[in-house]
Amino acid sequence: MRILLKNGRIVSPLNGLDGIFDVLVENGKIKQIAKRINCEDCKIYDLTRMIVVPGLIDMHVHFREPGREDAEDIESGAKAAAKGGFVAVAMMPNTEPPVDDPLRVRFVVEKGKMTDIYVFPVGSFTKGRQGKELAEMVMMAEEGAVAFSDDGFPVSDPLLLRRGLEYLKIIDGIYLDHAEDRSLSMGGVANESYITAKLGLKGIPWISEAAAVARDVYIAEFTKSKIHIQHVSSAKTLEVIEQAKARGANVTCEVTPHHLVLDETHLETYDTNFKMNPPLRSAEDKEALQEALSSGLIDVIASDHAPHTRDDKEVEFDVAPFGVIGLETTVPVIWDKLVEKKKITVERFVELLSVNPARILGLEGFGKIEKDGPAHITVIDPKKEITVNSEEFASKSRNTPFEGWKLKGAAVLTIVNGKIAFESF
Amino acid sequence: MEKKHLLGIENLKKEEIEEILETSKSFIEISKRPIKKVPVLRGKTVVNLFFEPSTRTRSSFEIAAKRLSADVMNFSSSVSSVRKGESLKDTVLNLEAMKTDLIIIRHSFSGAAKFLTTFCSSSVVNAGDGTHEHPTQALLDGMTVLEKKGRLDGLKVVIVGDILHSRVARSDIFLFSKMGSKVVISGPPTLIPGYFRGFPVEIDYNLDRALENADVVIMLRLQKERMQGGFFPSVREYRQKYQLTPERLIRTKPDAIVMHPGPINRGIELSSDVADSGRSVILEQVEKGVAVRMAVLSLLLGGER
Repeated sequence: MRILLKNGRIVSPLNGLDGIFDVLVENGKIKQIAKRINCEDCKIYDLTRMIVVPGLIDMHVHFREPGREDAEDIESGAKAAAKGGFVAVAMMPNTEPPVDDPLRVRFVVEKGKMTDIYVFPVGSFTKGRQGKELAEMVMMAEEGAVAFSDDGFPVSDPLLLRRGLEYLKIIDGIYLDHAEDRSLSMGGVANESYITAKLGLKGIPWISEAAAVARDVYIAEFTKSKIHIQHVSSAKTLEVIEQAKARGANVTCEVTPHHLVLDETHLETYDTNFKMNPPLRSAEDKEALQEALSSGLIDVIASDHAPHTRDDKEVEFDVAPFGVIGLETTVPVIWDKLVEKKKITVERFVELLSVNPARILGLEGFGKIEKDGPAHITVIDPKKEITVNSEEFASKSRNTPFEGWKLKGAAVLTIVNGKIAFESF
Repeated sequence: MEKKHLLGIENLKKEEIEEILETSKSFIEISKRPIKKVPVLRGKTVVNLFFEPSTRTRSSFEIAAKRLSADVMNFSSSVSSVRKGESLKDTVLNLEAMKTDLIIIRHSFSGAAKFLTTFCSSSVVNAGDGTHEHPTQALLDGMTVLEKKGRLDGLKVVIVGDILHSRVARSDIFLFSKMGSKVVISGPPTLIPGYFRGFPVEIDYNLDRALENADVVIMLRLQKERMQGGFFPSVREYRQKYQLTPERLIRTKPDAIVMHPGPINRGIELSSDVADSGRSVILEQVEKGVAVRMAVLSLLLGGER
């Protein structure tokens, strides 16, 4: 199939492309980029006033297969991704059982191949995510694992972390760090502050994140390894990362849409769709995260898409599981609240959601639109108005904190390897 | 009162607190009659839904409802046994299917009462949810002080002990500050972290200083298990710094009263000499509890007095 994308604004900062061009897609590749292309037998899309960007990548999602397919499986998660404008995701290993050996990596790869997008597995850093012994990371990498993480159970033993980081050098691998001192956050369910003290919710103080990040980046600096800090939530953590980057440490970091636009005041209803880890923090933290996004300190926006069934979430706040879904709301939320409001430019948007995740995970062929490259493309209609309605999600789960939000800007076309994975005009 | 539920003091207006206290006054007399019953809530069904052990509060609500002629059903369970089977939502929906009018809930998780209001049609009264609020306790505390002092404004109220884990402290802080009292909280800093400065209070880690010129001293129960959490090193040291003793009581105003939401840990937060002295109004608090709860139930269910 040949596809012709006409009159769109192509924004691909990695190769310095920003302008109105036609793009011809053929045999899964970008055949031609030019001011005016004519094609008789092409499927033609008129993208006037729309923005054509390198396919978006969400480098932090949870698809619950195997184990909790009732909340999400790889197929439904991939559909949600395509609908949200994502051509690729990195899937965290905290399934039941966890993805901690080569065979389970292969399972995710095979399942992923049956979908319309790329599902890249992240392997466990330690066996069973127990933080006791290293997992077979090299063999997992050979099966297709793109990074390693124990996600919600970060490696607490500093010696094991050091050994693992050193060992990963065999493959020049990267550790994705859900940095949390679980002793400091023990039993906590919300940011520690006056607002949550009033609500009687046990606190997770920012020190549990910032102190863990400080320790972990020092260890990674010592071993000269690559470390990526997941879902940064507090201003103090940003300070730690800023200093580490200034020292030349090989550290990158991500932030979620919900930490960028929500804060702890939303907890006053005890709605469990605002319960996640790290928790929503203060309004000042939220501002600091937005600042760091435009300054360039933050490298990536990732959703931490964490599906949970309604039954699991519709319980008392203390016992509800942490996490919210995001794949189908990331683009509208970021576009409306940050791009439209001029907090970040379109180029920066592309860096945060495509260029940088591709670079950090070492994904070949992603992150740019260029002649003869693979056709991974997302088209965004900046004028499209949507109202978030979880009943219409492709995800199996409904746990969004953005229910009912009216937002402007959404993905309308997702092309993966030259094939239409999603379209909605 | 316009409200359908009583979930906490924080969201009550001063006028609403005054209305409840005013209504309570008229109910005190009923409990002193030979026949302690009025037909205010005849035909109404009230459920006492208790997921935490409680004698005082549960009985107080039960007596209050019965004196108003409501039909009362008691449902007690531990959270753990419920957790194994039915969800809280299903439990409540099943009770409601029997056409209840008002549900009183005590639960170990903060926000449990609010959670009920998201799906059930009965009125909901929070009888204590986790470390969030215990509004009827604060109202009865206010009622007790009002009777002893004749006013609530311009008083110095000192709340002492484990503020961090206390729902009574949170409700009392909001009630007394809204009514114009000055509230001082005292206890070890581990149990009054810095962010508690957000509350409308003064914090003084030195109890002796905090007690100067106090009109009201509210002592909180100290759970010994907090030692394991590293909140304080020993009961001995806690007693030395934060126990209310006759010697410490001298620092307050001569007519200051001593309150405690119960049950008391004699010899820990409160010396028996103080607990049993004329300054202690602990049993009067219990008495006021019935009147205050009668007022709350009748106001929420819109009964005629």
